[in-house]
Amino acid sequence: MTSVGEAPKIAWRSATVIDVVQETSETRTLVLDVPGWPGHRAGQHVDVRLTAEDGYQAERSYSIASPPEESHLELTIERLDDGEVSPYLSDELRSGDKLELRGPIGGYFVWDVGTGGPLLLVGGGSGIVPLMAMLRHRDAALASADADTRNRLRVRLLYSSRRWDDVIYRDELASLADKDSTLQVTHTITRDAPAGWTGYRRRIDRTMLAEVAWPPAEEPRVFVCGPTPLVEAVANALVELGHPPALVKTERFGPTGGSV
Amino acid sequence: MSLISRGFRGKRQSAETAGRLPPGQYETRDFPVLSAGPTPRTPLTAWDFTLRGADGRSARWTWDELVALPRQTITKDIHCVTKWSKFDTVWEGISIDTLLSESAAKGIEAAPYVLARCDGGYTTNLPLADVTGGKAWIAFMYDGKPLPPEHGGPARLLVPHLYFWKSAKWVRELALLESDVPGFWESLGYHNYGDPWREQRYAGDE
Repeated sequence: MTSVGEAPKIAWRSATVIDVVQETSETRTLVLDVPGWPGHRAGQHVDVRLTAEDGYQAERSYSIASPPEESHLELTIERLDDGEVSPYLSDELRSGDKLELRGPIGGYFVWDVGTGGPLLLVGGGSGIVPLMAMLRHRDAALASADADTRNRLRVRLLYSSRRWDDVIYRDELASLADKDSTLQVTHTITRDAPAGWTGYRRRIDRTMLAEVAWPPAEEPRVFVCGPTPLVEAVANALVELGHPPALVKTERFGPTGGSV
Repeated sequence: MSLISRGFRGKRQSAETAGRLPPGQYETRDFPVLSAGPTPRTPLTAWDFTLRGADGRSARWTWDELVALPRQTITKDIHCVTKWSKFDTVWEGISIDTLLSESAAKGIEAAPYVLARCDGGYTTNLPLADVTGGKAWIAFMYDGKPLPPEHGGPARLLVPHLYFWKSAKWVRELALLESDVPGFWESLGYHNYGDPWREQRYAGDE
């Protein structure tokens, strides 16, 4: 157990943007070089601090997208039109710029291969980011694992997006699932499904979870991340379906009226 | 000296707003929800609240008994460690002072620390001095309406002068303790005390 005053302060560090990857029209990934980064677990986040020339500061938290195995730290930022920090990170920041951050933060919404499986990930919109860190970590850690180990850590991801073009990491998710029969990725598109779409086209509900999720008897470790209404609906439905609340870990973000 | 972020201006607030915001916080008009797991739902008929003494003696109130105690209306700014602050939130609840004086009449003695225990297993720890003297409540009304489950209903601890994770949702018990015991987030890297004005977010923050 932690006791008072013993932990070192989580220091602010200077990070350098070494690449920017546009993921969707509203999201992009900042690839950062962070000298002295102490390492992290999949699911943790960082605090980012911006300082204006007159000393005015703003801080926000962002989930880490990259796995611990990656040498650079990646943050995937969703641009919020009325935001204060995300428009700057989305529109202004470019390669070579510096950024202050501290972390890693959060020790509950985390998973690594030592935690065990099976794993059920449910995400909405940019709520995929910490879940992607878990999938990337799993992929890296199991690179030379045998079939039994892979099966023990089998994963199902249910991911809700407004439109097909809003699906973050779409190609990477497809290629991860293509090469790994123990990873199943299911999309639901809540607004404009593409022509010929045969998948789900509604918000995640209990019926969908009953169809997609591992049965409660398999005692999956569950991670749910997204806007509050999605997380509330999913967590409540999972408990109704018989999943023990203690195995359902949630991370809610954004305004109460989110609509993914 | 902080690094200057080229081209960053930020959204400036009025001097009045800025003066009410602890360092690193921004004002929201919304009421975001943050919880580590599913929202527990305990029917009021099965709900009770316990104040437990360090010697194991306890006082217990049913829902009807608790809400019949003298209630107060509280208007306070609240500050979440995830950076949002919300001004002038209006609550109704029972002062912890009231519960302590009722339980003192039953022989339960004060102790220097408290641990709040909640439905769903959540816990948070505080010095007794931070929940007495008109600083903390068991709140069951928000904005004139019963507190919604996702915001901690039927009742949550309200300790507005500390980061809001200390205002434990779905609270069912306050245990008086002779020594401090870290709660849920306090065991997972968050600050043991959590004063927003000193920006005590994480373990190690001064």
